[in-house]
Amino acid sequence: MVEDNDMQREENAQIPVQNNPADDTARSVPESASERPLAPMPEGQHGARIGGVFESVSRGVAFDTDVHDGMVDKDCVIEIENFNLWYGSAQALYDNSMGVPKGEVTALIGPSGCGKSTLLRCVNRMNDLIPTVTTKGNMRLSGDDIYGAGVDVIELRKRIGMVFQKPNPFPMSIYENIVYPLRIDGLRDKAILDEVVEKSLRGAGLWEEVKDRLDDNALRLSGGQQQRLCIGRAIAGEPEILLLDEPCSALDPIATGRIEDLIQELKGHYSILIVTHNMQQAQRASDYVAFMYLGRMVEFGPTQDLFVNPHLKETEDYVTGRFG
Amino acid sequence: MADAPGTKMKRRLIKRRSSLFARGEPMVWMTGAALVVSIAMILGLLGIVLVRGGTTFWPQKLKVINLVDGRALMGELTRTEEYKPEAFVFDALPEADRAAAKKMVEDNRGRSTRYLWRTGNNSPERRTQGFTEVSDFQVKSETFPEWAVTIERSEWGRFYGEPIAFLTGEERTAEDPATAWELFEQNHDKALDMWDQASEIEKEAIGDLDAALEKERLRARSVELEHGTNSPEHVKALEARAAFESAQNPERTKLRAQVDELRAEAGKYALLMKTSYGSEEPVRLVDIIRAYPANRLDFFDKVGIYISRWWEYLTANPREANTEGGVWPAILGTIVLTMIMTILVVPFGVLGALYLREYAKQGALVSLVRIAVNNLAGVPSIVFGVFGLGFFCYTIGAGIDEIFFAEQLPNPTFGKGAILWASLTLALLTLPVVIVATEEALAAVPNSMREGSYACGASKWQTIRRIVLPRAMPGVMTGMILAIARGAGEVAPIMLVGAAKMAPDLPVDGEFPFVHPTRGFMHLGFHIYDVGFQSPNAKAAEPLVFTTTLLLIGIVIVLNVVAIWVRARLRRAYIEGG
Repeated sequence: MVEDNDMQREENAQIPVQNNPADDTARSVPESASERPLAPMPEGQHGARIGGVFESVSRGVAFDTDVHDGMVDKDCVIEIENFNLWYGSAQALYDNSMGVPKGEVTALIGPSGCGKSTLLRCVNRMNDLIPTVTTKGNMRLSGDDIYGAGVDVIELRKRIGMVFQKPNPFPMSIYENIVYPLRIDGLRDKAILDEVVEKSLRGAGLWEEVKDRLDDNALRLSGGQQQRLCIGRAIAGEPEILLLDEPCSALDPIATGRIEDLIQELKGHYSILIVTHNMQQAQRASDYVAFMYLGRMVEFGPTQDLFVNPHLKETEDYVTGRFG
Repeated sequence: MADAPGTKMKRRLIKRRSSLFARGEPMVWMTGAALVVSIAMILGLLGIVLVRGGTTFWPQKLKVINLVDGRALMGELTRTEEYKPEAFVFDALPEADRAAAKKMVEDNRGRSTRYLWRTGNNSPERRTQGFTEVSDFQVKSETFPEWAVTIERSEWGRFYGEPIAFLTGEERTAEDPATAWELFEQNHDKALDMWDQASEIEKEAIGDLDAALEKERLRARSVELEHGTNSPEHVKALEARAAFESAQNPERTKLRAQVDELRAEAGKYALLMKTSYGSEEPVRLVDIIRAYPANRLDFFDKVGIYISRWWEYLTANPREANTEGGVWPAILGTIVLTMIMTILVVPFGVLGALYLREYAKQGALVSLVRIAVNNLAGVPSIVFGVFGLGFFCYTIGAGIDEIFFAEQLPNPTFGKGAILWASLTLALLTLPVVIVATEEALAAVPNSMREGSYACGASKWQTIRRIVLPRAMPGVMTGMILAIARGAGEVAPIMLVGAAKMAPDLPVDGEFPFVHPTRGFMHLGFHIYDVGFQSPNAKAAEPLVFTTTLLLIGIVIVLNVVAIWVRARLRRAYIEGG
């Protein structure tokens, strides 16, 4: 739990301070760099650049997510409704609402500490593992409540695949890694397991590389291979949605490219929700993008729209790299 | 500005060379020296044990020394030391030799060398310590008789002498040493075989009869407990017992006769030995464990004897109040004790650590428990012994006896020192070590692995069993290694809860149910204490202390090496991905 707590503290620290990540020094406005978070913004260059949304966020005023028209009638595998989350007494997510369209790739972007990983981990209730977390609001997976009185978290997680920031293969053979989700269900039929291994590894684009050494320890694979193995493990249980939490942040550019290709191949079979720091990656790999800032969902729309014609000035600043 | 305090300070700082201590060279030497001292102590200890323990069994030449007072001693040299003789010691010498002796000591700066000779030849009639001290000025001459023979007897220790004839009953054959020796070599195995046959009959056939009789006795006793003393049922049971005993009698008498006959036949053969002090004494072949003409051996004969002595030491039962023979029961006892302890302590320790680390809500109470567990490791081991005696033997054991073995009382079955209770006591003693090591290993399992498992839909227990525990196994093995190292060497607690000076029945043998948890046992650590400090013949036992120590160190090393090897394999599998 140590790592979790650290991460959580880090996020906590960033939420109230709001030391404007717009990194004013880059724009040589030294006065605003030392500004306290809730102090009124000075008129002029600063206010002109950063529009009303960030200001309302800083003041704690509610605002509505700018949802593009194209998002309205989608068939969604995940629906998030007014979701709030607190670490202890510090709120990390504010009234998040969005839908993850079926069979397509949705990316969550935003500056560090904006809560995109937290939101992702809420989908399969990984945040339950942190004792201080409380939530309000609801999510639905294919229409079934995720947060509700009688929800069996273990059964829920079996319907969701997840890949983490750092590759985390289990200390066992490649074969056993892939069949782990089935093993814990008590499945022993060798024929089925073999089939699942081949299918999942092919799905993860790893089959050709490891088919002759399935009994080798998974820890001996390279970082990129390990991450693809983790993707294979995540899809072995035929999940309804795949959650990718910055899956490429620990990988080199070539391995990253392979994972991105893989995401394109998986699209269609699986619905994917991916968190990324990399604008290019979001642009290349996703169909829809949600921009988050300080726990709020700021803008949500089809990738091309959002990158080319963002409705909000803040989004434009972020996706063009002027801020964040 | 030149007098500003900052400048002064700065000048003070840069004026001198940095001090020796600031540069830290002395610390390099000090830390290095500390390490060297530690290593020297360990190597010194191991060296002494290795040299003294390893040379005990090397056969030595037999020397006859003629003393100035006319005595002649035959024996093996066991120790040499220098001392300053007082003037009065010369008074004991014959008048004619005093001057020469004094001069010899004076020439040697007033010092003399004293030799401890193992002269053996103890017997019921002539009770000696088997050792004689001789100073160099007492010695007139030394010889190495060609046919001097060292005999290791099953009782009364070693015998030194020269064979002069071979006896078969009253009949005396082979009047020269060479032929007598040849006849000895021809007949020794035969005589021993016959003797063993007799012992076999005694143990197996007669033993079975005894066991059946004991069963009858216990049956009568339980009837007595059930229906009351002298009740009709009891009387009937007693009659049945008597009938059973008399029915056994012919069989018993026949077997007894057979045994006596074999023993008499085997005991007929003897080697007539001439001792250095002139007497002629027969030594029965069946009493001889090993004999060799010490001054006629070449190097390979010596190696053979050395190996055969080690073999006997490792595989035979002790004789002569543990000062002769082997230590097999102690080796087996030590290993079985350590294994039972390990089997008991590892699961308990791992479960405890799992609860503390994985399930318990971290807080003041858990910290308190953790501190208590750590402190348990610092409790003196004898305290655990006292607890084991009071709780395991006298409370649990006695309770079991009362409920299940009432007919055997007042003879305790469980309510006494036993290998089971000793193992439990040691398990308790080593529990903190395992808990602490396991907890550390569990804490070192990366959280990302746990999360990965949860994300696959695994429950907490599935995650622990399939991911966390395998990954923590090398750490658990570390705890086990430490527990073995600690447990195998403990003597104080097991003295109280079951270690015995002599335990004829092994805790593990071929008799159903093969493991006998209620038996007492011998233990190498206790054996060292017993032989070294409780032995009636300390001089004869002293070399064995080192040999046994060598053995105990060896066993602990072997157990550890096995555990380390297993740990390395686990580590490759679960951490490094080999």
